[in-house]
Amino acid sequence: MEKKKIIDELKQAFPEKIKDTSSEFGDDAVTIDKDILLDFVQFLRKKPHEYTMLLDLTCMDYLGKEPRFEMVYLLLSMTGKHRLKIKIPLPEKDASIQSLASIWKNANWLEREVYDMFGIRFIGHPDLRRLFMYDGFEGYPLRKDYPLRKCQPRIRLRK
Amino acid sequence: MKGNFITTKFNYILGWARKFSLFHYPFVTACCGMEYMSAACAHFDIDRFGAGWTRFSPRQSDMMLVVGTISHKLAPVLRTVYDQMTEPKWVIAFGTCTVSGGIYDNYAVVQGIDRIIPVDVYLPGCPPRPDTVLDALIKLQEKIQSQEQDWRWKKRK
Repeated sequence: MEKKKIIDELKQAFPEKIKDTSSEFGDDAVTIDKDILLDFVQFLRKKPHEYTMLLDLTCMDYLGKEPRFEMVYLLLSMTGKHRLKIKIPLPEKDASIQSLASIWKNANWLEREVYDMFGIRFIGHPDLRRLFMYDGFEGYPLRKDYPLRKCQPRIRLRK
Repeated sequence: MKGNFITTKFNYILGWARKFSLFHYPFVTACCGMEYMSAACAHFDIDRFGAGWTRFSPRQSDMMLVVGTISHKLAPVLRTVYDQMTEPKWVIAFGTCTVSGGIYDNYAVVQGIDRIIPVDVYLPGCPPRPDTVLDALIKLQEKIQSQEQDWRWKKRK
């Protein structure tokens, strides 16, 4: 019951903005345009849905396909006891998206991680620096075209 | 004079003293630390072999246990800690990650800490059992005993 409902409501609220939906094993996913992301999550945060928790925020790299990247947001509604997955395709030429750090505090570091590993630019992020890799690291290691064993040592190695 | 003195070689007795008074510095970064803890605590009791003192300052220790994955981000720290240790000093590479990088053959992990610092004993295992740790310690003691000792007033050839 609940599963069909949220997708149908979203289709009503954002007509023609939702490109694709799927609902497998109780796991609802919607694919949307990136320009409506902020409105979309604000709509989901409000009553009656109350998707108030950002569980995770990550990225996929489909090298060789267009669009190449795909952002994935996992939301949880604690009152509705339901999860929702939002997917947003991103082209390689314009790999940028609105930041959610003003809405969820934990999005700050999650977006920094995605920036560190995939090089996605987050517009409006308060402090977009690398999170894991050190200063001077070049490239984005989780992109599929990063060489598998390419190391960038900080000190000279012995052999 | 019967039974009042022994004869020995200075090199031998210095090695004997050194091998049974190893102060170790645990450079613990990952899950091998659990095996290090059980080796160091009462069940396996590394103190039986004279290596019971854990020193959390590299300046007071003479055996470094590099326990766990060393990433390229951490490599300068490991190098600095090794340089801070006073001579004589020995290093045990504890676990497969420190020996060869282990399962982490990627952009982030150093493929064996012997690319950063010299290693005396390689201790493989993912993680190694505590009795393997004791075996490595005994191997290191044999190495210390048999090596040419260095001391401050030693005459150089």
